[in-house]
Amino acid sequence: MTDAPTVHGRGLKRLAIATTLTLGTAFALVFFWTPNELDQGFVQKIFYVHVPMAIVALCGFTAGGIFGFMQLRTGKRVWDMRSYVSIHLSLMLATGTLITGSIWAKAAWGHWWVWDEPVLVSFLIVFLLYACYQPLRFSIEDPERQARAASVFAVVAGAFVPLNFAAVRLAEAYTHPRTLGTTTGGMPGTMLFTFLLALLGMTLLFVTLWKYEMASKNARMKLASVKRRIENEIAQGGAA
Amino acid sequence: MIRQALILLRKDLLLELRGREALPAMLLLAGTTMVVLHFALGQRSVTGGTAAGCLWVTLLFSATLGINRLFVAEQEEGGLDAVLLTPVERTAILLAKATTLFIFMVALELVIVPAFALLLLGPDLLPTLGGLIPTLLLVDLAIAAVGALVGAIAVQSRIRDLLAPLLALPLLLPALIAGAKSAELLFAAAGPAPIPGRWPLMLALYALVFGLLGVALYDYLLDD
Amino acid sequence: MLYRALSVRENLHHQARLLGVPSERADRLIERVGVAARADEPLRTLSRGTVQRAAAARAVLADPPLLLLDEPYANLDPGGAAMVAPLLEENRSVLISGHEPRMLLERSDVALGLRGGRRAFLKPSTDVSDSDIKALYG
Repeated sequence: MTDAPTVHGRGLKRLAIATTLTLGTAFALVFFWTPNELDQGFVQKIFYVHVPMAIVALCGFTAGGIFGFMQLRTGKRVWDMRSYVSIHLSLMLATGTLITGSIWAKAAWGHWWVWDEPVLVSFLIVFLLYACYQPLRFSIEDPERQARAASVFAVVAGAFVPLNFAAVRLAEAYTHPRTLGTTTGGMPGTMLFTFLLALLGMTLLFVTLWKYEMASKNARMKLASVKRRIENEIAQGGAA
Repeated sequence: MIRQALILLRKDLLLELRGREALPAMLLLAGTTMVVLHFALGQRSVTGGTAAGCLWVTLLFSATLGINRLFVAEQEEGGLDAVLLTPVERTAILLAKATTLFIFMVALELVIVPAFALLLLGPDLLPTLGGLIPTLLLVDLAIAAVGALVGAIAVQSRIRDLLAPLLALPLLLPALIAGAKSAELLFAAAGPAPIPGRWPLMLALYALVFGLLGVALYDYLLDD
Repeated sequence: MLYRALSVRENLHHQARLLGVPSERADRLIERVGVAARADEPLRTLSRGTVQRAAAARAVLADPPLLLLDEPYANLDPGGAAMVAPLLEENRSVLISGHEPRMLLERSDVALGLRGGRRAFLKPSTDVSDSDIKALYG
């Protein structure tokens, strides 16, 4: 625990620069290099933000589940903090995913929301579940109980994500026959390259923010413990 | 372990018999929901997907009440500590709680499904029973597995009553999907159609996964 | 620790089953703490003193070698305390916290006085004087 702040803070500056460069380049390519898609035109380019955000959010939720599992296995608070920060950041990305997805749906299909797009619907369900994470966490005062309940939630929700996607996909696949292809299939090289670069940038952004928040939380915890120690010493000094 | 689970189950059922806190409320909510649905939909009778939707909404909302009450006695009397002070396996507690919820759901359905047939359902209930009863039992199994886990998470929190339904409903959605798809075929206006095997399979699998998650995680949840 | 919707007998029988103790022992304990007359009424209709006696019976159900008791006599009248105390204290080590110094000193071997969370005295109960106790509460 004592060396944790240095671990989480290490390389933060370089990472931040790499993130800015990658994301900046990716967005420059999105605007100036990638072709406009034939049916949807310029608005289709929201795809370079929307899909990376969705993928990184889902990976973040999964990471939160794995960190939660580690907390339960080891009982170390730092795993709970890692799980919390992962889920908390993923929740923000998930909000972004839903908003950009909604804009895209409006432009492409004329509706803000479409129920027969299984990925979108699954994402909403996952979002609704994870939105309960913070209320659950902050309504438990005892720190140890809080860490344990939050970690159990993270593990359960992490297991739920793939189940839910499978169930929704199964339900829709039989009502609306559709070709089960991946989004990246049949993409021209320029689009694929830009998409992968945007995905890398989004991943770097997540990692940077995650490390930053971990470092800041650790620093705050350390500061609080130093403060307590000083206050104790002053109190004892006064008594003696 | 089974013996301990049975002792705990007997106590939970006795508590419900004496206190009558969960089941009457579940029944009342289910009845009221059906009246609300009748007026909200503006229809005398429903068939197909709408009928399936009405039935599952009614049952699911009542189930969240049951999940909510699952640990109330323990929490209010500090009884969980009393249980934990005795050499009881956590899996026995999970098994007892899940069985309690399962029994509550079956008891609820014994009243509510005939009432649903009388009040709202268009097609005749009898020919659908062959498919409906196994489907209901499988959904109850999934509700029991998810509910026992959610109840134990929610009871840790100050806002248990708020959290239990908020956690349980999204987690139960895949089970609802499978249940609704099955019931939609059963309640078809032209008479019940056979249910494809994937829906019962999905329900069973879902109950199994959450049962295993419960077994793996109860140790940590109820560890003090 | 006991379910308020259940009777004393139901509570103790349930606990006896969990602990693997014969239910006759539960019945005997109900007699000994003097709640037999009301043993089949739900706990929530009983007075706090009666519930406290039932809780004492629950505590010794498995005959533990060590008991930690927090104010076990708080809601009991002197008669009730005199009935419950020997049951709690037979054949075992007991650590009791409480605010009835006279009674507790009489029944204990060693006394620890706490004032403001710090130790005021730790000595054989027979050596504790009135002024020691006055100093605790003064």
